[in-house]
Amino acid sequence: MSVKLPIYMDNHATTAVDPRVLEAMLPYFTTIYGNAASKTHVFGRQAEEGVDLAREQLARIIGASSKEIAFTSGATESDNLAIKGAAHMLRSTGKDHLITVRTEHKAVLDSHMALEREGFRVTYLGVGKDGLLSLDELRAAMTPETLLVSVMAVNNEIGVVQPLEQIGALCHEKGALFFCDAAQAVGKIPIDVEAMHIDLLAFTAHKMYGPKGVGALYVRRKNPRVRLEPMMHGGGHERGLRSGTLAVPLIVAFGKAAELAQAELPEESARILKLRERLHQGITSQLEHVYLNGHGALRMPGNLNLSFAYVEGESLLMGISDIAVSSGSACTSASLEPSYVLKALGVNEELAHTSIRFGIGRFNTEEEIDYTIRRVVEVATRLRDMSPLWEMVQEGIDLSKITWAGH
Amino acid sequence: MAYSDKVLDHYNNPRNVGSLPKSDPTVGTGVVGAPECGDVMKLQIKVNAAGVIEDARFKTFGCGSAIASSSLATEWVKGKTVEEAANLRNTDIVQELNLPPIKIHCSVLAEDAIRAALADYKAKQKA
Repeated sequence: MSVKLPIYMDNHATTAVDPRVLEAMLPYFTTIYGNAASKTHVFGRQAEEGVDLAREQLARIIGASSKEIAFTSGATESDNLAIKGAAHMLRSTGKDHLITVRTEHKAVLDSHMALEREGFRVTYLGVGKDGLLSLDELRAAMTPETLLVSVMAVNNEIGVVQPLEQIGALCHEKGALFFCDAAQAVGKIPIDVEAMHIDLLAFTAHKMYGPKGVGALYVRRKNPRVRLEPMMHGGGHERGLRSGTLAVPLIVAFGKAAELAQAELPEESARILKLRERLHQGITSQLEHVYLNGHGALRMPGNLNLSFAYVEGESLLMGISDIAVSSGSACTSASLEPSYVLKALGVNEELAHTSIRFGIGRFNTEEEIDYTIRRVVEVATRLRDMSPLWEMVQEGIDLSKITWAGH
Repeated sequence: MAYSDKVLDHYNNPRNVGSLPKSDPTVGTGVVGAPECGDVMKLQIKVNAAGVIEDARFKTFGCGSAIASSSLATEWVKGKTVEEAANLRNTDIVQELNLPPIKIHCSVLAEDAIRAALADYKAKQKA
């Protein structure tokens, strides 16, 4: 059985646009090209209908109402708007404290750091070895001044799923808002803003087989009604929350992507989980000293993050160059520093340098998984044969007892 | 990161991978770097009675550029006298492999490995 190369297995970074999604968006470039805000003519009204449908499709996949969905340019903008918008709106109430987690996406962490420079106080909670937040630690960190708790649904590097329902319940008990960055979660695992007590939720099209350049922010309208200070001022689009002409083709596509993801989620997640288990089993049955990063069961189906002890990650990527995977997160791997997420889990730096993230998605096949297993085992074995660390371990030397001449 | 053709060549066909007997008095061994920094190089030389390096071997844990730098280093020291080998500079490796700035430390490590192997050999000769 031959496999078409290269293989794309980096579906946490982005996903291909599903052909059905592309088909849905195309008429909005050439035929239905009106401005959705032009209510005086048919071109505008047809565009608005497309947007309305998308809003409903997006609301449905997270259990919200369509009036609670605001369109943005992507999850980074949604993260910024939720965090800064909530903090700025609530500043006058005397609340000045925010809580988040060290393994959050940079867009969330950097937004908090920006608020710290304005005088807000932020608590950055750690995680356990499994990547999960401790509810006791969260409870202990909360004060009457806590205005917002930001915890992601699914981690982009290690795929762990946080206990959202319990976090949301705790926030509501303590009178804080709960913001959830669900960029990696929507369409992959069931998300329900009511059951999970989520007040603000960020998600994006390009992680769920839609196009890049469009995202959404869910903003709760009742119990409680959440108000945000906008960042983008202008024509008052999206009920004043985010001005700017709506990107109608992208929004229509985002809606279609959500509709498909919701309809296919049960079947798709079972299929992808099977592929992940095949990949994990295939690699670990042939290679020793391979360690899974993040909780073994509480993780989204498509994520497999492995450390290949004694094999440096970048050299492994180079050897399997016909398979697109990533070492750490694509956003940070331009630096030589190992992943801050793995560090937060307490993975030692030596093992963090050997980690690879496999992101399995809708279009991956069993043949691709088998090819990947074969290549990874081949290349890791070759690199171990030329690794001085591997040689020392084979000779029975304890690496932790060596004084290294660092540079 | 785009790798130069020479880095790719050394990565895919590394020269002189392996080990020489550490306890042999004519063998010098240098181990530099640290696992938590993401690269460790072991470079070994075997010196004949005339003071010429007649064999060299390496093993490297590190990125493609680190593997290429150490592979190239073993190629270059072979056939050189101990004195000549001490004159090899990391900048020569950078130039030959066309390393980008972010990978210059790989060449520094290779130079350090050569020096460490030479120092080990010299220490053994004195003993």
